[in-house]
Amino acid sequence: MEKPLPPVNAETAPFWNACAEGRLVIQRCRDCGACQFYPRLVCTACGSAELDWVDAAGGGSLKSWTLIRRAVSAAFEADVPYVVALVELDEGPTMMANLNTRTPESLVMGQRVRVTFEPHGPDLRVPQFQPED
Amino acid sequence: MDSIRGRMAIVGVGDTEVGKIPHRSPTGLCIDAAMRALADAGIGKDAVDGLVTCNSMAEPHMYHAQAMAEYLGISPSYCVSAGAGGSTTFTVLYQAALAIDAGLCDTVLIAMADSLRTGLSREQAMVMQSSSGHPQFETPYGATVPGYYALIARAYMHRYGATLEHLAAVAVTAREHAVLHPGAQMRAPLTVEDVMASRPIADPLRLLDCSLVSDGGAAVVLTAADRAADHPHVPVHLLGAGEGHGHEHISQARDLTTSFARHAGERAYAMAGLGPSDMDFVELYDCFTPVVLIELEDLGFCGPGEAGPFVAEGNTRIGGALPMNTHGGLLSHSHPGNPGSMFALTESVRQLRGDAGERQVQGAEVALLHAQGGIMSSHCTVILGRGS
Ligand SMILES: [Zn+2]
Repeated sequence: MEKPLPPVNAETAPFWNACAEGRLVIQRCRDCGACQFYPRLVCTACGSAELDWVDAAGGGSLKSWTLIRRAVSAAFEADVPYVVALVELDEGPTMMANLNTRTPESLVMGQRVRVTFEPHGPDLRVPQFQPED
Repeated sequence: MDSIRGRMAIVGVGDTEVGKIPHRSPTGLCIDAAMRALADAGIGKDAVDGLVTCNSMAEPHMYHAQAMAEYLGISPSYCVSAGAGGSTTFTVLYQAALAIDAGLCDTVLIAMADSLRTGLSREQAMVMQSSSGHPQFETPYGATVPGYYALIARAYMHRYGATLEHLAAVAVTAREHAVLHPGAQMRAPLTVEDVMASRPIADPLRLLDCSLVSDGGAAVVLTAADRAADHPHVPVHLLGAGEGHGHEHISQARDLTTSFARHAGERAYAMAGLGPSDMDFVELYDCFTPVVLIELEDLGFCGPGEAGPFVAEGNTRIGGALPMNTHGGLLSHSHPGNPGSMFALTESVRQLRGDAGERQVQGAEVALLHAQGGIMSSHCTVILGRGS
């Protein structure tokens, strides 16, 4: 059983294409300057449709996390236990991702993390995070 | 529009058996609950001109309410099946009241049931429930529903210093009440130590921080308060209702330690002209133990960070300052998915009628009920009062 692939659509394709190149991109509003994730057609802050794709620096801080001990499906069983985290990017938006660490017991709230990319299916890479050295 | 405060009344309630009920299909449970509520209201099925259901996960219908109307052999003028997760139950009660007030119908039957325990495999149930994650930006990371709530639990505990013992106290209090309920799924006494020692599922949540997986259903009959005298029981009036919708996916929540329960509660209090101190008991959505603590704070019963000690000190026991989840809640009575809070509704009606037996909250006249769906996403609060 394979892990579920993100169903990429027309609005999110630029994000996933950038991931495949090892770049984390988010949207920044040309009118109000707000950054947002996930990708949308409109700015959630001001409603503008003038959104630019910008490279995120790839750093963030740990907003919360859990250690999953009972996998959601057979595809994740080999990973148990695995960390699912919410990461607040330095640019502002929050992302969910796995956090790759051999010592989940030493994670602390607010600690620095950095993006990595993990192959997912034949064509995609998904953003993951790992503790910063 | 004028407030509908006090203009609608619940005049019938019915619960099916709960737990493992393999001898009934989800449709069978829905109809069983419906017939019990109609009998309690002293009316036959043909008196129903409004029907509200929610879809079943184990036995879905494309147009569920219409399928149930056909099954019952009724032809209502108002017929909808709704879906907003756990808050569906109270949302549809509110909307059914508005439908009656607007003249769409006179007598609404709200009936909901599902068979998550025996109608789905464990794998099917887990995958189906976790499909509430964002398909592109959450689901690929393998979080479970307990995992999503664990993210909330950790943030709340970190911010306020709440402890695992505080979470455990929520589960223990629920079980104390379920022990008093002859129909509850879990009736063996439980201690804080039992909860602490239960298997970790998604840190910091353990097995006994998580609600049950159940078969079962319940139904209520709603009509105009000025028609309530046609029914045998003391009517229970809808005094207030309000909703709040903050996000759908937990990674988009503005704040993990508070929720739009605050907005739902404020709207319901405003309609009712009442506040937290007026409530004789509460029924709060308890899919996972930390949710209850956040709801107690968002709905104004405790200050920020105070709910853990409040529950651990016994205030939410029957006989305490604010009895909570007097039937045992989703943690110990039953949790058949979307229909889960229907049992909080039927319990509240029995309490306000004075018919709750050993669980009776003495002198109960007014109650607040709250449910949420998604991952602390969609909220609905209702306030009920004993009629005369
Ligand atoms: Zn903007």
